[in-house]
Amino acid sequence: MSATRPTTSAQKDISMERQKAMLARHFQELSKVRETGRKVAYTFVPGNLTELISEAGMLGVYPEINALQSGMRQRSADFIHEAERLGHNEDVCTYVKCDIGMLTKGNIGPTGEKLPPPDLLLLSYTGCFTFMKWFELLRREYHCEIAMLHVPYAADGQPTEAMRQYIAKQLRNEVIPKFEKVSGKKLDLDSLAARLRRSALAEEDLSWVLESAKKKPSPIDAYFGAVYYVGPIFTAFRGGEDCIGYYRALRQEVKSRLEHGEGPVTPDGTLAKERFRLVVEGPPNWTHFRDFWKIFYEEGVVFVASTYTKVGGLYDRGFRHGAEKDPLLSLADYCLSCYTNLSLPARVDLLERYVREYAADGFIFNSIKSCKSFSAGQLVMLREVEKRTGIPGAFIESDLVDPRYYSQANIKNRVESYLQMLDQRRRA
Amino acid sequence: MGHYLGIDLGSTTTKAVLIDGAGKVQGFGLTNTRSSYEVAAAIARGEALADAQLSRIEAELSRLGQSAAELGAEVRRAYRVEVAAGRLASLRARTLELARATPKGDGAAQKLEALFAKMLADATPLFSPLAADRSRFFRDVVAARFLSEAEELAQAREISFELAMGAFDRAVVEMENTEVAAELGPTLERAMARARFSPAKAQAVAEARGAVERQPLEVSRMVGTGYGRQRLPFPKEQIRSEILCHGLGAHALFSKTRTVLDIGGQDTKAIQVDEQGVVTSFQMNDRCAAGCGRYLGYIAEEMNLGIHELGPLALTATRAVRISSTCTVFAGVELRERLSLGERRENILLGLHRAIVLRAMSLLARSGGVKDEFTFTGGVARNPAVVRELQSLIDRHYGERRLNVHSDSIYTGALGAALFAQRQGEA
Repeated sequence: MSATRPTTSAQKDISMERQKAMLARHFQELSKVRETGRKVAYTFVPGNLTELISEAGMLGVYPEINALQSGMRQRSADFIHEAERLGHNEDVCTYVKCDIGMLTKGNIGPTGEKLPPPDLLLLSYTGCFTFMKWFELLRREYHCEIAMLHVPYAADGQPTEAMRQYIAKQLRNEVIPKFEKVSGKKLDLDSLAARLRRSALAEEDLSWVLESAKKKPSPIDAYFGAVYYVGPIFTAFRGGEDCIGYYRALRQEVKSRLEHGEGPVTPDGTLAKERFRLVVEGPPNWTHFRDFWKIFYEEGVVFVASTYTKVGGLYDRGFRHGAEKDPLLSLADYCLSCYTNLSLPARVDLLERYVREYAADGFIFNSIKSCKSFSAGQLVMLREVEKRTGIPGAFIESDLVDPRYYSQANIKNRVESYLQMLDQRRRA
Repeated sequence: MGHYLGIDLGSTTTKAVLIDGAGKVQGFGLTNTRSSYEVAAAIARGEALADAQLSRIEAELSRLGQSAAELGAEVRRAYRVEVAAGRLASLRARTLELARATPKGDGAAQKLEALFAKMLADATPLFSPLAADRSRFFRDVVAARFLSEAEELAQAREISFELAMGAFDRAVVEMENTEVAAELGPTLERAMARARFSPAKAQAVAEARGAVERQPLEVSRMVGTGYGRQRLPFPKEQIRSEILCHGLGAHALFSKTRTVLDIGGQDTKAIQVDEQGVVTSFQMNDRCAAGCGRYLGYIAEEMNLGIHELGPLALTATRAVRISSTCTVFAGVELRERLSLGERRENILLGLHRAIVLRAMSLLARSGGVKDEFTFTGGVARNPAVVRELQSLIDRHYGERRLNVHSDSIYTGALGAALFAQRQGEA
């Protein structure tokens, strides 16, 4: 029996096509900056200040996204090898090595067009220490302006007022002046505030889409499907009309699937029967994305919630850009509340809530070999979620973009064993 | 009453267990895993069925008033020797065919024919150990003997060593991947003739066999598990993860089991089970097979020892050399390095065994610790040095725990699979 059936909904590709077109336009604009004179900022996804970049009339480049795209296009192994040849250790974050390798080999982006060098390196999130080291490497290469925003880690679970003010002050005194210097344009705070309110429109629709997974059967896969859904809002498009349009269309698409009682769309068609509802912690593997996904959809697994799709904003927990009148405080709240900035207990709380609110049968951790900062403590987290929910969890290991750390047979074995174990519990 | 079969297709060995409707074990089958998983599964299955039939014959003999234990064992031994002799005959045919196909092959084939004749004449002493020690396989026994005979012929310049070994290697692989399980009846007839059973004994066995065959052994359902389970010709619902099978199998062997450690050829698994044998948590090694059975296999090869000799030798050590790596790929390097530093072989071996156990301890800790009772399964559980080291580390880290090792521990996964088949059959 096949777990999937051919997709009937003609709607399925509209949002996907729309996103593709948006990306193509963006990379085309990037390839033309020498003619247009537009300035370029390189920045990371967690805590990204995309609205600020757009407001300054600049274009964003997201090295992590380039790395994951290289992984999906089977280029990362070469890039990583190149970086290792330059002396980067086997243990170094593979996103970094993939990016450095890509840069060394001509900096050709995912669309085949050459990426322009940065005019500004904007380090807007410091919770991942590797980000700092990554930008140190890029600065050595590019000798451009650099702006660093220090985001305090919310160790006690909740950001404090002092943390918010501290971030707003840095934005005002350090980051914005840098932007103005690079772009040659005075920043209009009212216009920024309006842009943030536009971001919130898309955030509203995305949250609706993610929460649709509470329905049985879920119309979406909140992991393998949702990594596409969060694409525009996590990157260069948030705050723009394109982004609003994309999420409106996506919401319509999901609404229609919901009305027809349809499950998520997989590469092999619509999932016919939802057998297991799982919550997942950690990013997917990108080099074997489809094979990795297949292990799950073949068994009728639907991911109903994931933490990875919250690394660029916890919108489903209510955060909205522009909710705060002062746009700088709004940005501060955003940076502080991204999933990457949560403490281990806060991450456990979130996972527990997901398991309960989405009526999950189980949960799984995909631990990333080369990501020390995010993988540390995951086993303890797993045990704690098990204790609180009374449901056993599963632990698998792979990597972001280093294919050497991915073993299909091993992961399949563990996942199948886990699902059979859940099944056995269900029968008992 | 229907029977249920479990097959555990491991990376090194393939195991089969046949149970009856009451869950009682009726027969075991064990063979080395080949590149054709179907053949390995068929051989193991055939062995388990034959084993079950031989047990029934044994029971029947005792009903007929024979000294069952003695005669039964005799029948079994003769049967195993006969099966191996049959395989040796097919191996001879194919090796000679391949030798003849080479330039100047006719002369070589003649020499090889004589070599095989010698081996066949020695079939009984050559293959008797197979009946006693299940960890030895036909291929290993035959290859060792053929190698030494061929070396002798080559030294006397009677044959080209490369030609002989080339033909033999190809033939043995081909044969292993195409052969079918031996038929019980005719094989038994030949076995008794070869072993020169007295007419009275042969008559008794034939009668017992007749009684047994009037009630054919019927396999109602099979479940497959193990590393190669995806490639078994079974429908999906008849395939179970080896983690669940080891959990259930260990529970069947020792009902108070709460923690299971399985060290197989290329996997180490730490499993927690509840009072029903249902798995509640597990951890296994990632893609790297460091510290698994295969590691010991390489070490044995490097030391030119049988794998079963490693543990006992390690137990004679006076101290354990500190070994940092259990990397299977570098096992040989590690070993040679220590030898070149002047370390004693058994002390190095003990260190290697301890390193394996340390790695397993980490998986156990990650799976939720070691609870009472603790059952150790898989091929490596037959190694006494691993068992001793494990016991001592568990005592130190978790306090006193009852450590169970069953003499048939290698079959635990297949037993679990058979029990799943039984449940499915009854559902």
